[in-house]
Amino acid sequence: MEGWVVLLVVAAGTYALKSSGPLLLGNRTLPPKVQRVIATLPAPLLAALVITATFAKAGQLVIDARVMGLATAIVALLAKRGFVFVVVSAALATAVARRFGMA
Amino acid sequence: MTGTVVTADERRAILKQALSIGVALIPFGLAFGVLCRRADLSWFQALGFSSLVFTGGSQFASVGVLADGGSPIAAIAAGLLLSIRSLVYGLMMAPTLTGRVWFRALAAHLMIDESVAVGSAFEQPGPRRFGYLAAGLSVFVFWNLSTVVGAIVIGSDTGFTEKWGLDATVPAAFVALLWPRLVSLEQRRVAAIGAVIALVLIPILRPGLPIVASAFAVLTLFLPMRKVSVN
Repeated sequence: MEGWVVLLVVAAGTYALKSSGPLLLGNRTLPPKVQRVIATLPAPLLAALVITATFAKAGQLVIDARVMGLATAIVALLAKRGFVFVVVSAALATAVARRFGMA
Repeated sequence: MTGTVVTADERRAILKQALSIGVALIPFGLAFGVLCRRADLSWFQALGFSSLVFTGGSQFASVGVLADGGSPIAAIAAGLLLSIRSLVYGLMMAPTLTGRVWFRALAAHLMIDESVAVGSAFEQPGPRRFGYLAAGLSVFVFWNLSTVVGAIVIGSDTGFTEKWGLDATVPAAFVALLWPRLVSLEQRRVAAIGAVIALVLIPILRPGLPIVASAFAVLTLFLPMRKVSVN
């Protein structure tokens, strides 16, 4: 039930954001300050999501094998590898770390 | 009207690019399907997110919060904060997406990073529109297929997910989405502040709220910064 509520509200809100340009606003533009905020907003959110997905477990900070996955993903990105390589290598690194006893 | 024609060469190049972007997103779609199962969502709900929300970052954010045991409100806030950029994309693409209301309504649903990136690489309205639609449709197909495969084939087995490190695909997906944004100093600074906010707040607030709080990092854009002059 909760899942459906989140799904439908996020879907409706996202569609409203996507469609207000093509359906309602046409050629209008936003003030530069607003544009700057919106353009910058994903960066801190994505960074917070990286941190949460790596270090959070049931409301606590933990260090487990996911760290090895993140480190591997960063190395892959530094080496200019594609999405597939980044995601697969992160999973493998975490799997190997778990095989060696990391939580 | 000038510029509305798409040459055969342009068409071929755009279709090839659209296809390769769709294929490249398969591991993200699989990871999203797996994450949905960790959040106790059904494969049908996973498909619902991928087809109706259809904005990768927002989907991962909302479902990630649910998987961590966060409240529905926090899950909704995290997802919507990440899709605010769609508003700017919509304004950018509106002049090229003209036509009947039903067309504009459907085309607007394809307003994602990838479609806007492919379309906006062109100057002329014809290729802009074709690129946007081709990339959007290609991603839509591959994204939904890989979500369902991830949720049904892989995600139902939590032992398998942990054993093969599939939970690590989520931070990997986020860092890959963040990476291209870090080219500018301003974005790097704001991202670092967002990361610190999350680290500090994770042990204090309910799951999901640290992510929402990280959005306040953008306020530092308006701090008076001393310009360093080099003589």
